Amino acid sequence: MIIKRLIVLMATALSLAISSASALEGNAEAGKQAAVTCVACHQANGGGMNIAGGESWPALAGLDANYLYKQLQDMKSGQRNSPTMTAFANMLSDQQKKDVAVYYSQLPAVQGNGGEKATKEELAHGEKLALSGDWDRYIVPCKSCHGPDNQGAGANFPGIAGQHAGYIEDQLRAWKSGKRNNDPQNLMLAIAERMNDKDIRAVAAWLSRQPAQ
Amino acid sequence: MNILKKVLIKAVAGVFVLSVGAVQADVKVPLNIKQPKEGQYVHVPPTMEDLEKSSLHPELKRVIRRGYDLFMNTQQLRGKNVFNSMNCRSCHMGEGRQPFAGPVWPAAVVLPDYRGKNDHVNNIEERIAGCFSFSMNGTPPAYGSDDMIALTAYHQWLATGVPIYTDGKSIYGRGFPRLAEPKKKADFQRGKQVFEENCAICHSEDGSGLVQNGKEIFPAVWGDRSYNWGAGISRHFTLASFIKHNMPLGQPNSLSDQQAWDVAYYINTHERPQEPRFEGSAQKTREKYLDTFHKHTSYGLKVNGKVLGDHNNVGEKDFLKPDVLRPRTYTAD
Repeated sequence: MIIKRLIVLMATALSLAISSASALEGNAEAGKQAAVTCVACHQANGGGMNIAGGESWPALAGLDANYLYKQLQDMKSGQRNSPTMTAFANMLSDQQKKDVAVYYSQLPAVQGNGGEKATKEELAHGEKLALSGDWDRYIVPCKSCHGPDNQGAGANFPGIAGQHAGYIEDQLRAWKSGKRNNDPQNLMLAIAERMNDKDIRAVAAWLSRQPAQ
Repeated sequence: MNILKKVLIKAVAGVFVLSVGAVQADVKVPLNIKQPKEGQYVHVPPTMEDLEKSSLHPELKRVIRRGYDLFMNTQQLRGKNVFNSMNCRSCHMGEGRQPFAGPVWPAAVVLPDYRGKNDHVNNIEERIAGCFSFSMNGTPPAYGSDDMIALTAYHQWLATGVPIYTDGKSIYGRGFPRLAEPKKKADFQRGKQVFEENCAICHSEDGSGLVQNGKEIFPAVWGDRSYNWGAGISRHFTLASFIKHNMPLGQPNSLSDQQAWDVAYYINTHERPQEPRFEGSAQKTREKYLDTFHKHTSYGLKVNGKVLGDHNNVGEKDFLKPDVLRPRTYTAD
Protein backbone atom coordinates (compact mmCIF):
# COMPACT_ATOMS: atom_id res chain seq x y z
CA MET A 1 0.00 0.00 0.00
CA ILE A 2 2.72 2.43 1.01
CA ILE A 3 4.75 1.38 -1.97
CA LYS A 4 1.75 1.91 -4.23
CA ARG A 5 1.22 5.41 -2.85
CA LEU A 6 4.88 6.17 -3.27
CA ILE A 7 4.73 5.09 -6.90
CA VAL A 8 1.67 7.29 -7.49
CA LEU A 9 3.44 10.21 -5.83
CA MET A 10 6.55 9.67 -7.90
CA ALA A 11 4.53 9.44 -11.08
CA THR A 12 2.70 12.66 -10.21
CA ALA A 13 5.95 14.44 -9.45
CA LEU A 14 7.41 13.19 -12.70
CA SER A 15 4.45 14.31 -14.80
CA LEU A 16 4.54 17.73 -13.12
CA ALA A 17 8.21 18.05 -13.87
CA ILE A 18 7.61 17.15 -17.49
CA SER A 19 4.70 19.55 -18.02
CA SER A 20 6.40 22.48 -16.32
CA ALA A 21 9.44 22.09 -18.54
CA SER A 22 7.56 23.50 -21.54
CA ALA A 23 4.44 25.17 -20.16
CA LEU A 24 4.55 28.76 -19.01
CA GLU A 25 3.60 29.16 -15.36
CA GLY A 26 0.78 31.61 -15.56
CA ASN A 27 -2.77 31.82 -14.33
CA ALA A 28 -5.38 32.41 -17.02
CA GLU A 29 -7.93 33.84 -14.58
CA ALA A 30 -5.41 36.36 -13.23
CA GLY A 31 -4.41 37.04 -16.81
CA LYS A 32 -7.97 37.90 -17.72
CA GLN A 33 -8.03 40.48 -14.90
CA ALA A 34 -4.69 41.95 -15.94
CA ALA A 35 -5.81 42.09 -19.58
CA VAL A 36 -8.49 44.73 -18.98
CA THR A 37 -6.23 47.31 -20.56
CA CYS A 38 -5.64 45.09 -23.60
CA VAL A 39 -9.22 44.71 -24.77
CA ALA A 40 -9.53 48.24 -26.15
CA CYS A 41 -7.33 47.19 -29.05
CA HIS A 42 -7.05 43.41 -28.92
CA GLN A 43 -10.81 43.08 -28.23
CA ALA A 44 -12.58 41.01 -25.63
CA ASN A 45 -12.26 37.87 -27.73
CA GLY A 46 -8.55 38.48 -28.37
CA GLY A 47 -9.23 38.85 -32.09
CA GLY A 48 -7.59 42.25 -32.52
CA MET A 49 -8.52 44.37 -35.50
CA ASN A 50 -7.34 44.94 -39.02
CA ILE A 51 -7.09 48.65 -39.76
CA ALA A 52 -6.61 49.46 -43.42
CA GLY A 53 -3.92 52.11 -43.82
CA GLY A 54 -3.23 52.25 -40.06
CA GLU A 55 -1.56 50.23 -37.33
CA SER A 56 -3.40 46.92 -37.20
CA TRP A 57 -3.84 45.19 -33.85
CA PRO A 58 -2.86 41.55 -33.99
CA ALA A 59 -5.12 38.70 -33.02
CA LEU A 60 -3.62 37.10 -29.91
CA ALA A 61 -6.22 34.43 -29.22
CA GLY A 62 -4.77 30.94 -29.50
CA LEU A 63 -1.14 32.00 -29.97
CA ASP A 64 1.57 30.14 -28.04
CA ALA A 65 1.89 31.37 -24.44
CA ASN A 66 5.70 31.36 -24.42
CA TYR A 67 5.73 33.34 -27.66
CA LEU A 68 3.33 35.95 -26.25
CA TYR A 69 5.31 36.23 -23.03
CA LYS A 70 8.55 36.77 -24.93
CA GLN A 71 6.95 39.54 -27.02
CA LEU A 72 5.81 41.35 -23.87
CA GLN A 73 9.31 41.06 -22.42
CA ASP A 74 10.88 42.32 -25.63
CA MET A 75 8.47 45.25 -25.88
CA LYS A 76 9.45 46.27 -22.38
CA SER A 77 13.18 45.93 -23.06
CA GLY A 78 12.85 47.70 -26.40
CA GLN A 79 14.19 44.76 -28.36
CA ARG A 80 10.84 44.83 -30.08
CA ASN A 81 10.20 48.48 -30.81
CA SER A 82 6.51 49.26 -30.46
CA PRO A 83 5.75 52.70 -29.00
CA THR A 84 2.10 51.71 -28.55
CA MET A 85 2.85 48.53 -26.68
CA THR A 86 5.87 49.54 -24.60
CA ALA A 87 3.70 51.58 -22.25
CA PHE A 88 1.31 48.69 -21.67
CA ALA A 89 4.09 46.14 -21.33
CA ASN A 90 5.65 48.37 -18.66
CA MET A 91 2.40 48.34 -16.69
CA LEU A 92 2.53 44.55 -16.27
CA SER A 93 4.68 42.76 -13.70
CA ASP A 94 6.62 39.73 -14.89
CA GLN A 95 4.02 37.40 -13.39
CA GLN A 96 1.21 39.39 -15.00
CA LYS A 97 2.95 39.07 -18.37
CA LYS A 98 2.92 35.31 -17.89
CA ASP A 99 -0.71 35.34 -16.78
CA VAL A 100 -1.82 37.45 -19.73
CA ALA A 101 0.13 35.25 -22.13
CA VAL A 102 -1.49 32.11 -20.75
CA TYR A 103 -4.93 33.76 -20.85
CA TYR A 104 -4.71 34.70 -24.54
CA SER A 105 -3.14 31.38 -25.51
CA GLN A 106 -6.22 29.60 -24.17
CA LEU A 107 -8.81 31.70 -26.04
CA PRO A 108 -10.18 30.13 -29.22
CA ALA A 109 -8.54 31.59 -32.32
CA VAL A 110 -10.38 34.35 -34.15
CA GLN A 111 -10.23 34.69 -37.93
CA GLY A 112 -8.36 37.76 -39.15
CA ASN A 113 -9.26 40.25 -41.88
CA GLY A 114 -7.60 42.40 -44.50
CA GLY A 115 -7.31 40.01 -47.43
CA GLU A 116 -10.81 40.58 -48.75
CA LYS A 117 -9.87 42.84 -51.65
CA ALA A 118 -6.88 40.82 -52.85
CA THR A 119 -7.03 39.78 -56.50
CA LYS A 120 -6.86 36.17 -57.65
CA GLU A 121 -3.32 36.77 -58.90
CA GLU A 122 -2.22 38.26 -55.57
CA LEU A 123 -3.67 35.33 -53.67
CA ALA A 124 -1.97 32.83 -55.97
CA HIS A 125 1.35 34.63 -55.46
CA GLY A 126 0.82 34.73 -51.69
CA GLU A 127 -0.04 31.05 -51.58
CA LYS A 128 3.08 30.18 -53.53
CA LEU A 129 5.32 32.16 -51.17
CA ALA A 130 3.67 30.70 -48.06
CA LEU A 131 3.65 27.07 -49.17
CA SER A 132 6.47 26.70 -51.73
CA GLY A 133 8.54 29.87 -51.34
CA ASP A 134 10.60 31.37 -54.14
CA TRP A 135 13.94 29.63 -53.94
CA ASP A 136 15.40 31.47 -56.91
CA ARG A 137 15.32 34.51 -54.59
CA TYR A 138 15.99 32.34 -51.53
CA ILE A 139 12.64 33.18 -49.98
CA VAL A 140 11.95 29.94 -48.12
CA PRO A 141 8.27 29.03 -47.62
CA CYS A 142 6.59 30.37 -44.46
CA LYS A 143 5.38 26.88 -43.66
CA SER A 144 8.87 25.47 -43.33
CA CYS A 145 9.08 27.12 -39.90
CA HIS A 146 5.54 28.23 -39.04
CA GLY A 147 4.21 24.68 -39.48
CA PRO A 148 2.47 22.78 -42.28
CA ASP A 149 -0.68 24.93 -42.02
CA ASN A 150 1.18 28.04 -40.87
CA GLN A 151 -0.61 27.64 -37.56
CA GLY A 152 2.59 27.83 -35.55
CA ALA A 153 5.38 25.52 -34.41
CA GLY A 154 6.52 25.46 -30.81
CA ALA A 155 7.28 28.60 -28.84
CA ASN A 156 9.45 30.34 -31.40
CA PHE A 157 7.37 30.22 -34.56
CA PRO A 158 3.92 31.76 -34.00
CA GLY A 159 0.82 30.89 -35.95
CA ILE A 160 0.41 33.33 -38.83
CA ALA A 161 -2.53 31.71 -40.64
CA GLY A 162 -5.68 33.73 -40.04
CA GLN A 163 -3.73 36.70 -38.65
CA HIS A 164 -4.77 40.17 -39.85
CA ALA A 165 -3.17 41.05 -43.17
CA GLY A 166 -2.33 44.57 -42.00
CA TYR A 167 -0.41 43.24 -39.02
CA ILE A 168 1.56 40.69 -41.06
CA GLU A 169 2.48 43.41 -43.57
CA ASP A 170 3.58 45.76 -40.79
CA GLN A 171 5.79 43.11 -39.20
CA LEU A 172 7.46 42.07 -42.46
CA ARG A 173 8.24 45.74 -43.12
CA ALA A 174 9.43 46.22 -39.55
CA TRP A 175 11.92 43.36 -39.89
CA LYS A 176 13.03 44.66 -43.23
CA SER A 177 13.69 48.13 -41.86
CA GLY A 178 15.21 46.87 -38.61
CA LYS A 179 12.44 48.41 -36.51
CA ARG A 180 11.66 44.95 -35.19
CA ASN A 181 14.66 42.76 -34.47
CA ASN A 182 13.61 40.32 -31.80
CA ASP A 183 13.40 37.35 -34.13
CA PRO A 184 15.74 34.59 -32.99
CA GLN A 185 18.93 34.34 -35.07
CA ASN A 186 17.65 36.95 -37.59
CA LEU A 187 15.50 34.23 -39.10
CA MET A 188 12.78 36.67 -40.18
CA LEU A 189 15.10 39.50 -41.14
CA ALA A 190 16.80 37.21 -43.66
CA ILE A 191 13.53 36.40 -45.39
CA ALA A 192 11.81 39.78 -45.04
CA GLU A 193 14.68 41.68 -46.63
CA ARG A 194 14.41 39.51 -49.74
CA MET A 195 10.72 40.32 -50.14
CA ASN A 196 9.40 43.25 -52.17
CA ASP A 197 6.16 45.18 -51.57
CA LYS A 198 4.23 42.94 -53.91
CA ASP A 199 5.40 39.81 -52.06
CA ILE A 200 4.55 41.30 -48.67
CA ARG A 201 1.04 42.36 -49.67
CA ALA A 202 0.32 39.04 -51.37
CA VAL A 203 1.55 36.75 -48.61
CA ALA A 204 -0.19 38.81 -45.90
CA ALA A 205 -3.49 38.75 -47.80
CA TRP A 206 -3.32 35.01 -48.45
CA LEU A 207 -2.33 34.12 -44.90
CA SER A 208 -5.11 36.26 -43.40
CA ARG A 209 -7.65 34.14 -45.28
CA GLN A 210 -6.35 30.80 -44.02
CA PRO A 211 -7.90 29.06 -41.00
CA ALA A 212 -6.25 30.22 -37.78
CA GLN A 213 -6.79 26.88 -36.09
CA MET B 1 13.90 25.55 -80.43
CA ASN B 2 15.65 23.54 -77.78
CA ILE B 3 18.90 25.41 -78.21
CA LEU B 4 17.13 28.75 -77.95
CA LYS B 5 15.43 27.64 -74.76
CA LYS B 6 18.78 26.49 -73.39
CA VAL B 7 20.38 29.84 -74.11
CA LEU B 8 17.47 31.58 -72.42
CA ILE B 9 17.75 29.36 -69.37
CA LYS B 10 21.46 30.05 -69.14
CA ALA B 11 20.82 33.77 -69.49
CA VAL B 12 18.29 33.60 -66.66
CA ALA B 13 20.81 31.71 -64.56
CA GLY B 14 23.34 34.44 -65.20
CA VAL B 15 20.90 37.13 -64.16
CA PHE B 16 20.02 35.24 -60.98
CA VAL B 17 23.60 34.68 -59.96
CA LEU B 18 24.55 38.26 -60.78
CA SER B 19 21.56 39.76 -58.98
CA VAL B 20 22.35 37.77 -55.86
CA GLY B 21 25.89 39.11 -55.99
CA ALA B 22 24.83 42.66 -56.78
CA VAL B 23 22.48 43.20 -53.87
CA GLN B 24 24.80 41.74 -51.27
CA ALA B 25 26.31 45.07 -50.36
CA ASP B 26 23.15 46.42 -48.74
CA VAL B 27 21.62 43.30 -47.23
CA LYS B 28 22.12 42.30 -43.61
CA VAL B 29 21.95 38.54 -44.17
CA PRO B 30 23.89 37.93 -47.40
CA LEU B 31 23.55 34.63 -49.27
CA ASN B 32 27.17 34.34 -50.39
CA ILE B 33 26.26 31.67 -52.92
CA LYS B 34 29.31 30.73 -55.01
CA GLN B 35 29.24 31.86 -58.64
CA PRO B 36 29.69 29.26 -61.38
CA LYS B 37 33.30 28.83 -62.44
CA GLU B 38 34.44 29.04 -66.05
CA GLY B 39 33.44 25.85 -67.86
CA GLN B 40 30.96 24.67 -65.26
CA TYR B 41 27.64 23.36 -66.51
CA VAL B 42 24.80 25.53 -65.19
CA HIS B 43 21.24 24.26 -65.41
CA VAL B 44 18.19 26.01 -64.01
CA PRO B 45 15.57 23.26 -63.68
CA PRO B 46 12.02 24.00 -64.77
CA THR B 47 9.40 24.65 -62.12
CA MET B 48 6.00 23.10 -61.55
CA GLU B 49 4.48 26.20 -63.16
CA ASP B 50 6.55 25.47 -66.25
CA LEU B 51 5.14 21.94 -66.19
CA GLU B 52 1.58 23.23 -66.43
CA LYS B 53 2.52 25.37 -69.42
CA SER B 54 4.46 22.59 -71.16
CA SER B 55 3.17 20.45 -74.00
CA LEU B 56 3.82 17.13 -72.24
CA HIS B 57 1.04 14.54 -72.31
CA PRO B 58 -1.58 15.30 -69.62
CA GLU B 59 -1.09 11.86 -68.10
CA LEU B 60 2.66 12.42 -67.85
CA LYS B 61 2.02 15.79 -66.19
CA ARG B 62 -0.20 14.01 -63.67
CA VAL B 63 2.55 11.48 -62.91
CA ILE B 64 5.20 14.21 -62.54
CA ARG B 65 2.88 16.08 -60.16
CA ARG B 66 2.56 12.87 -58.16
CA GLY B 67 6.34 12.57 -58.06
CA TYR B 68 6.63 16.18 -56.89
CA ASP B 69 4.03 15.53 -54.19
CA LEU B 70 5.93 12.45 -52.96
CA PHE B 71 9.18 14.41 -53.03
CA MET B 72 7.77 17.30 -50.98
CA ASN B 73 5.62 15.20 -48.64
CA THR B 74 7.39 11.87 -48.35
CA GLN B 75 5.82 11.47 -44.92
CA GLN B 76 2.71 10.21 -46.72
CA LEU B 77 4.74 6.98 -47.06
CA ARG B 78 5.51 6.84 -43.30
CA GLY B 79 5.24 3.31 -42.00
CA LYS B 80 5.27 1.91 -45.52
CA ASN B 81 8.53 3.15 -47.06
CA VAL B 82 9.65 5.88 -44.66
CA PHE B 83 10.39 5.05 -41.05
CA ASN B 84 11.77 8.34 -39.77
CA SER B 85 11.02 12.07 -39.79
CA MET B 86 12.50 12.84 -43.21
CA ASN B 87 11.09 14.03 -46.50
CA CYS B 88 13.11 14.07 -49.74
CA ARG B 89 13.10 17.87 -49.50
CA SER B 90 14.70 17.72 -46.02
CA CYS B 91 18.12 17.32 -47.66
CA HIS B 92 17.32 18.19 -51.28
CA MET B 93 16.25 21.74 -50.57
CA GLY B 94 14.16 23.98 -52.80
CA GLU B 95 12.12 21.17 -54.40
CA GLY B 96 15.31 19.39 -55.46
CA ARG B 97 16.25 22.30 -57.72
CA GLN B 98 18.69 24.20 -55.49
CA PRO B 99 22.42 24.19 -56.25
CA PHE B 100 24.68 23.12 -53.32
CA ALA B 101 21.64 21.41 -51.78
CA GLY B 102 21.81 18.03 -53.45
CA PRO B 103 19.86 18.99 -56.58
CA VAL B 104 18.32 15.77 -57.83
CA TRP B 105 18.23 16.34 -61.59
CA PRO B 106 21.86 15.27 -62.14
CA ALA B 107 20.83 11.71 -61.18
CA ALA B 108 18.63 11.65 -64.27
CA VAL B 109 21.58 12.37 -66.58
CA VAL B 110 24.68 10.83 -64.95
CA LEU B 111 23.08 7.42 -64.23
CA PRO B 112 23.33 4.50 -64.85
CA ASP B 113 26.84 4.70 -63.45
CA TYR B 114 29.21 2.75 -61.22
CA ARG B 115 28.79 3.55 -57.50
CA GLY B 116 31.49 2.80 -54.98
CA LYS B 117 29.01 2.51 -52.11
CA ASN B 118 27.54 -0.73 -53.46
CA ASP B 119 30.27 -1.56 -55.97
CA HIS B 120 28.08 -1.96 -59.03
CA VAL B 121 26.28 0.02 -61.72
CA ASN B 122 23.13 1.74 -60.42
CA ASN B 123 20.28 3.26 -62.37
CA ILE B 124 18.15 6.10 -61.01
CA GLU B 125 15.65 3.77 -59.33
CA GLU B 126 18.40 2.02 -57.41
CA ARG B 127 19.88 5.38 -56.45
CA ILE B 128 16.51 6.51 -55.06
CA ALA B 129 16.20 3.13 -53.32
CA GLY B 130 19.43 4.03 -51.51
CA CYS B 131 17.83 7.19 -50.10
CA PHE B 132 14.85 5.22 -48.82
CA SER B 133 17.01 2.48 -47.30
CA PHE B 134 19.47 4.74 -45.49
CA SER B 135 18.36 8.38 -45.28
CA MET B 136 14.69 7.52 -44.68
CA ASN B 137 15.65 4.43 -42.63
CA GLY B 138 13.08 2.50 -44.64
CA THR B 139 12.49 0.46 -47.74
CA PRO B 140 11.92 1.83 -51.24
CA PRO B 141 8.75 1.67 -53.31
CA ALA B 142 9.17 -1.38 -55.57
CA TYR B 143 11.18 -0.94 -58.75
CA GLY B 144 8.73 -0.11 -61.53
CA SER B 145 5.91 0.71 -59.09
CA ASP B 146 3.67 3.75 -59.58
CA ASP B 147 5.41 5.70 -56.82
CA MET B 148 8.91 4.85 -58.07
CA ILE B 149 8.04 5.86 -61.64
CA ALA B 150 6.43 9.08 -60.39
CA LEU B 151 9.61 9.96 -58.47
CA THR B 152 11.92 9.21 -61.40
CA ALA B 153 9.63 11.15 -63.74
CA TYR B 154 9.94 14.20 -61.46
CA HIS B 155 13.75 13.87 -61.53
CA GLN B 156 13.77 13.62 -65.30
CA TRP B 157 11.42 16.60 -65.67
CA LEU B 158 13.85 18.71 -63.62
CA ALA B 159 16.66 17.60 -65.95
CA THR B 160 14.77 18.78 -69.05
CA GLY B 161 17.23 19.81 -71.75
CA VAL B 162 20.40 18.56 -70.03
CA PRO B 163 22.46 16.31 -72.32
CA ILE B 164 22.59 12.70 -71.17
CA TYR B 165 25.93 11.77 -69.54
CA THR B 166 26.88 15.37 -68.96
CA ASP B 167 30.14 15.17 -67.00
CA GLY B 168 28.98 15.05 -63.38
CA LYS B 169 32.14 16.76 -62.15
CA SER B 170 31.42 19.79 -64.32
CA ILE B 171 27.92 20.41 -62.91
CA TYR B 172 27.61 23.67 -60.94
CA GLY B 173 26.37 23.11 -57.37
CA ARG B 174 26.00 19.33 -57.75
CA GLY B 175 25.52 17.27 -54.59
CA PHE B 176 27.04 18.76 -51.47
CA PRO B 177 30.43 20.03 -52.68
CA ARG B 178 33.14 19.05 -50.25
CA LEU B 179 34.54 21.82 -48.04
CA ALA B 180 38.26 22.27 -47.53
CA GLU B 181 39.57 20.22 -44.60
CA PRO B 182 39.09 22.11 -41.32
CA LYS B 183 42.07 23.96 -39.84
CA LYS B 184 41.41 22.44 -36.45
CA LYS B 185 40.28 18.82 -36.11
CA ALA B 186 36.48 18.72 -35.77
CA ASP B 187 35.55 18.87 -32.10
CA PHE B 188 32.53 17.54 -30.18
CA GLN B 189 32.39 20.31 -27.59
CA ARG B 190 32.79 23.14 -30.10
CA GLY B 191 30.19 21.42 -32.26
CA LYS B 192 27.79 21.22 -29.34
CA GLN B 193 28.05 24.95 -28.85
CA VAL B 194 27.44 25.65 -32.54
CA PHE B 195 24.45 23.31 -32.44
CA GLU B 196 22.89 24.90 -29.40
CA GLU B 197 23.37 28.42 -30.73
CA ASN B 198 22.23 27.83 -34.30
CA CYS B 199 20.33 24.58 -34.74
CA ALA B 200 18.54 23.69 -31.51
CA ILE B 201 15.81 26.29 -32.05
CA CYS B 202 14.32 23.95 -34.66
CA HIS B 203 16.03 20.57 -34.21
CA SER B 204 15.85 20.80 -30.37
CA GLU B 205 18.75 20.35 -27.96
CA ASP B 206 18.33 16.58 -27.94
CA GLY B 207 18.34 16.42 -31.75
CA SER B 208 14.79 15.09 -31.94
CA GLY B 209 13.38 17.93 -34.03
CA LEU B 210 9.74 18.82 -33.52
CA VAL B 211 6.55 16.79 -33.83
CA GLN B 212 3.34 18.74 -33.28
CA ASN B 213 -0.19 17.36 -33.42
CA GLY B 214 1.26 14.16 -34.84
CA LYS B 215 2.94 15.99 -37.74
CA GLU B 216 6.68 16.15 -38.38
CA ILE B 217 7.64 19.83 -38.36
CA PHE B 218 11.45 19.82 -38.04
CA PRO B 219 13.36 16.59 -38.79
CA ALA B 220 15.28 14.70 -36.12
CA VAL B 221 19.04 14.92 -36.71
CA TRP B 222 19.93 12.00 -34.48
CA GLY B 223 18.07 9.30 -32.56
CA ASP B 224 15.42 6.80 -33.64
CA ARG B 225 13.57 9.21 -35.94
CA SER B 226 16.67 10.26 -37.87
CA TYR B 227 18.72 8.85 -40.78
CA ASN B 228 20.54 5.60 -40.06
CA TRP B 229 24.24 4.80 -39.80
CA GLY B 230 24.43 3.97 -43.50
CA ALA B 231 23.06 7.29 -44.79
CA GLY B 232 25.39 9.37 -46.96
CA ILE B 233 24.80 12.35 -44.71
CA SER B 234 26.08 10.41 -41.69
CA ARG B 235 29.52 11.05 -43.22
CA HIS B 236 31.00 14.15 -41.61
CA PHE B 237 32.08 15.76 -44.88
CA THR B 238 28.63 15.41 -46.44
CA LEU B 239 26.80 16.84 -43.44
CA ALA B 240 29.39 19.63 -43.05
CA SER B 241 28.76 20.70 -46.64
CA PHE B 242 24.99 20.41 -46.32
CA ILE B 243 25.07 22.62 -43.23
CA LYS B 244 27.53 25.13 -44.62
CA HIS B 245 25.51 25.65 -47.80
CA ASN B 246 21.98 25.38 -46.41
CA MET B 247 21.66 25.90 -42.67
CA PRO B 248 20.26 27.62 -40.67
CA LEU B 249 17.33 27.69 -43.07
CA GLY B 250 17.34 30.90 -45.09
CA GLN B 251 20.92 31.72 -44.08
CA PRO B 252 23.21 29.69 -46.37
CA ASN B 253 26.96 30.13 -45.92
CA SER B 254 26.50 32.00 -42.65
CA LEU B 255 28.56 29.55 -40.56
CA SER B 256 32.32 29.33 -40.99
CA ASP B 257 33.77 26.14 -42.51
CA GLN B 258 35.19 25.28 -39.08
CA GLN B 259 31.76 25.66 -37.45
CA ALA B 260 30.19 23.49 -40.15
CA TRP B 261 32.78 20.71 -39.60
CA ASP B 262 32.43 20.92 -35.82
CA VAL B 263 28.65 20.81 -35.75
CA ALA B 264 28.53 18.04 -38.37
CA TYR B 265 30.91 15.98 -36.24
CA TYR B 266 28.77 16.68 -33.15
CA ILE B 267 25.51 15.67 -34.83
CA ASN B 268 27.00 12.60 -36.49
CA THR B 269 28.65 11.44 -33.28
CA HIS B 270 25.26 10.66 -31.76
CA GLU B 271 23.33 7.40 -31.88
CA ARG B 272 20.99 6.63 -34.74
CA PRO B 273 19.30 3.51 -36.19
CA GLN B 274 21.54 0.61 -37.09
CA GLU B 275 23.42 0.47 -40.40
CA PRO B 276 21.27 -1.78 -42.67
CA ARG B 277 24.45 -3.53 -43.85
CA PHE B 278 25.15 -4.56 -40.22
CA GLU B 279 27.35 -7.64 -39.90
CA GLY B 280 26.74 -8.41 -36.23
CA SER B 281 29.09 -5.83 -34.76
CA ALA B 282 29.58 -2.17 -35.49
CA GLN B 283 33.38 -2.49 -35.56
CA LYS B 284 33.20 -5.36 -38.06
CA THR B 285 30.71 -3.50 -40.26
CA ARG B 286 32.83 -0.36 -40.08
CA GLU B 287 35.86 -2.37 -41.18
CA LYS B 288 34.05 -3.99 -44.11
CA TYR B 289 32.86 -0.67 -45.54
CA LEU B 290 35.74 1.43 -44.25
CA ASP B 291 37.29 2.66 -47.47
CA THR B 292 34.09 3.18 -49.38
CA PHE B 293 32.19 4.77 -46.53
CA HIS B 294 32.85 4.51 -42.83
CA LYS B 295 36.27 6.15 -42.72
CA HIS B 296 34.16 9.31 -42.92
CA THR B 297 31.72 8.42 -40.09
CA SER B 298 31.86 7.94 -36.33
CA TYR B 299 30.16 4.54 -36.63
CA GLY B 300 31.89 1.74 -34.73
CA LEU B 301 34.25 4.17 -33.00
CA LYS B 302 34.55 4.56 -29.27
CA VAL B 303 33.59 8.13 -28.46
CA ASN B 304 32.97 9.53 -24.98
CA GLY B 305 33.44 6.03 -23.57
CA LYS B 306 30.89 4.26 -25.80
CA VAL B 307 31.11 2.44 -29.15
CA LEU B 308 28.68 4.11 -31.53
CA GLY B 309 26.32 1.79 -33.40
CA ASP B 310 26.91 -1.07 -30.95
CA HIS B 311 23.21 -1.95 -30.60
CA ASN B 312 20.27 -3.74 -32.22
CA ASN B 313 18.08 -0.65 -32.52
CA VAL B 314 16.71 -0.32 -36.05
CA GLY B 315 14.47 2.64 -35.21
CA GLU B 316 10.77 2.52 -36.07
CA LYS B 317 10.96 -0.25 -38.67
CA ASP B 318 10.82 -3.98 -37.91
CA PHE B 319 13.53 -5.15 -40.29
CA LEU B 320 17.23 -4.42 -40.65
CA LYS B 321 17.95 -4.47 -44.35
CA PRO B 322 15.52 -3.97 -47.24
CA ASP B 323 15.62 -6.88 -49.69
CA VAL B 324 16.49 -4.58 -52.58
CA LEU B 325 19.94 -3.89 -51.15
CA ARG B 326 21.78 -6.67 -52.93
CA PRO B 327 24.84 -7.17 -55.06
CA ARG B 328 24.57 -7.30 -58.84
CA THR B 329 26.84 -9.01 -61.34
CA TYR B 330 25.28 -8.23 -64.72
CA THR B 331 26.18 -11.69 -65.94
CA ALA B 332 23.76 -14.42 -67.01
CA ASP B 333 21.80 -15.81 -64.04
